[in-house]
Amino acid sequence: MHPAPSVIIFNTFSGIGFGLLFFLGLGFPAPTGWVAFVFFAIAYIMAVGGLIASTFHLGHPERAIKAFSQWRTSWLSREGICAVAALIIMAIYGAGLVFFGTKLTILGWVGAVLSLGVVYTTSMIYAQMKTVPRWKHWSTPALFIDLSVAGGALLSGNIVIALIMLVIAGGMTAYYWATGDKRFAESGSNLANATGLGGIGSVRAFEPPHTGSNYLLKEFAFEVGRKHVQKLRIISMVFGFAIPFVLLLMVQASASHILALFAVISHIVGVLALRWLFFAQAEHVVGLYYGKR
Amino acid sequence: MTTLPPPSAKKLGLVIDLDTCVGCHACVVSCKGWNTENYGAPLSDQNAYSAAGQGTFLNRVHSYEVQPDQGAAQLIHFPKSCLHCEDAPCVTVCPTGASYKRQEDGIVLVNEQDCIGCGLCAWACPYGARELDAAEGVMKKCTLCVDRIYNENLPEEDRQPACVRTCPAGARHFGDLGDPDSDVSQLVAERGGFDLMPEQGTKPVNKYLPPRPKDVEPEIDILAPYLEPVAQDAKGLMGWLDKALTAMPGGSK
Repeated sequence: MHPAPSVIIFNTFSGIGFGLLFFLGLGFPAPTGWVAFVFFAIAYIMAVGGLIASTFHLGHPERAIKAFSQWRTSWLSREGICAVAALIIMAIYGAGLVFFGTKLTILGWVGAVLSLGVVYTTSMIYAQMKTVPRWKHWSTPALFIDLSVAGGALLSGNIVIALIMLVIAGGMTAYYWATGDKRFAESGSNLANATGLGGIGSVRAFEPPHTGSNYLLKEFAFEVGRKHVQKLRIISMVFGFAIPFVLLLMVQASASHILALFAVISHIVGVLALRWLFFAQAEHVVGLYYGKR
Repeated sequence: MTTLPPPSAKKLGLVIDLDTCVGCHACVVSCKGWNTENYGAPLSDQNAYSAAGQGTFLNRVHSYEVQPDQGAAQLIHFPKSCLHCEDAPCVTVCPTGASYKRQEDGIVLVNEQDCIGCGLCAWACPYGARELDAAEGVMKKCTLCVDRIYNENLPEEDRQPACVRTCPAGARHFGDLGDPDSDVSQLVAERGGFDLMPEQGTKPVNKYLPPRPKDVEPEIDILAPYLEPVAQDAKGLMGWLDKALTAMPGGSK
């Protein structure tokens, strides 16, 4: 799949932003006044910034309002509704903390659930795709939620939870890669049944339908990123999980904000590489018709 | 509405004969010709006169080489357009309701005024039947020439999809695959028509007819067995050349 920068930015930053809103909603921490303002500002810049970035890949972003209508069947529609609901509820909860020093506990919990709901509905957009076997698995929502909670714990300063979640998210990432590599073969889709010609003999794509490229090849048969898979996997493991883990251990000893900032930056770099791989490595079955993966 | 309607009794679709298709791409051209100036946004091209030209097409013809265990390889031309699936995954993923499946005849269409160009329906389609138009930013797909098949301004013989009407080999057939007595259903039953990627569970309406088994050519030259085989060992000058070249470094290759 084509790793569109807008979608990678959306998944990375909105994931962490809604993770932060999740912890703020639960009341860990529950600051007031200016400190609360800074926390909520960071969360909203990441969550909303990511959402806005995601509209850049649309052909007609001006019609985006229509995307709230089909929640009965469409995970994208559900994600949109969930995001708007989470952002409104958390804005009211945040306003209570910032301007009135009041903690609307129940509202915070609702906002926390909705914030994780956004991450879950986002992940289901991918996990529902039977055409992309690597994504069509329970571990896709599990990975998204783990990453979001880990990033949220990191940003909200819940050091112990962050340490635990970095280990869990790193482990889930490793599991996702190890099993994901086999899922295309396990899906049973191949050129023989894509063309229905397998009964005659072994099928090979002889001539494509066109001399140039097309939308399908650009969108689905992306092969550039796969050359550097091992390097990118090491980068995302080291920067995403290992370095933040070590830095957090040091933060716990020294309470240094600078080290915590480095941990966050390192985590974001690693997660960006991870999200790139999530798309670049995903193989769509339509590639079979072109003899490409 | 992106909820799929209950299965319609009428299932309009195509039957494509892989035995007859000669790979001339006339269906590709007539499809683009009709659909770029009728239903919805035109089918744009980008850098059409450059080496890297590309554009939006609703129907494309692949060619596959199939190598049987015994005998010569076969070349099979393979036209592919929207299969108007009964369980169309492209419809249910649409967030705006732009994609829909018609209850009356099962045709899958895009209401381009509602399309936000998110591309999710193309992701959900295993067949590559949907292409986002680069100029218009909306999703394009085969309409089964819905503006021809019911069009009373056209002579009756033209009231079929442009690709079917133009095919010089008669490899494309249009009809109601929901009616077991229709010509197309009979053809599918007779020739063993099959679904593409059945494991995807999309229940395509369009069917493909397999290539017929190849004839085995009988031995017709009765004198051939009596002919001496051509000499295997070269003699004279050619023999000397053969030995000399073999003796040179790398000569045995």
